[in-house]
Amino acid sequence: MPLSVAILRQGDYLIASVQNDLSDAEVLELRDDLAERVGRQRARGIVVDVSALDVIDSFVARALRALAATARLRGAETIIVGIQPDVAIAMVHFKLNLAPLRTALDLDEALALLDGAKHAPRA
Amino acid sequence: MNGDLRVAIEADADLVEARAAARRLATSLGFSRTDATLIATAISEIARNIVVHVGRGTITMRALVEDERRGLQIVAEDNGAGIRDVEAALDDGYAGRGGLGLGLPGARRLMDDFEIDTSPERGTRVTMKKWRVRDELERLRDRRRNER
Repeated sequence: MPLSVAILRQGDYLIASVQNDLSDAEVLELRDDLAERVGRQRARGIVVDVSALDVIDSFVARALRALAATARLRGAETIIVGIQPDVAIAMVHFKLNLAPLRTALDLDEALALLDGAKHAPRA
Repeated sequence: MNGDLRVAIEADADLVEARAAARRLATSLGFSRTDATLIATAISEIARNIVVHVGRGTITMRALVEDERRGLQIVAEDNGAGIRDVEAALDDGYAGRGGLGLGLPGARRLMDDFEIDTSPERGTRVTMKKWRVRDELERLRDRRRNER
């Protein structure tokens, strides 16, 4: 796990908080570490807090999409929270697409979404 | 007079420094927080292209003063083999074919001016400029006033 990311376990969920800007290598490390923890810690959901990221470029977006796809294959939903307003504007200009990644404003909303998904029948 | 700010790009960790330096310079030149983010994102993509496709290069940032507007110029240079098909590299559709990815077309959309000079002998030089929005608005206002 990169030192710049704190990963906590809360119930069935993993909560990863990015602490500062990440190098590409750290982004990949985070992606792989979370995918691996889904199995080891039997997590049903992952929340990645990216509010400390000043830039979300194509590389970071691709890594987050890959994380979500991998985690879903292993039975966990991923929700990205805390995208800064300036970062969101840059992503729109860039035409960066996060689909099928799910996003929420903050941790509370993400947990509510995950709780809802847990009780709803799997699509 | 501000000197040029040069960042050596040799490893992916250098992108972190390039992004931070771009943000600091843009902010000091009076760019909005949003524009500083657009600039830092464009630099990140261009710098990554250098690391991934060539291995090493430099990024030079410079304050621009032209007529009554102010801006920031970014020049990314490498001595690699050049980009064989620039048109394709700037095409969004190219990304899916495992080429340069979204980087170049995305960076071009984030900046105001975007030029690529590339050849197998000289390598590649990408020159990007961003102008302060408030200067552009003032220019438009002046022009309208003069037309009356």
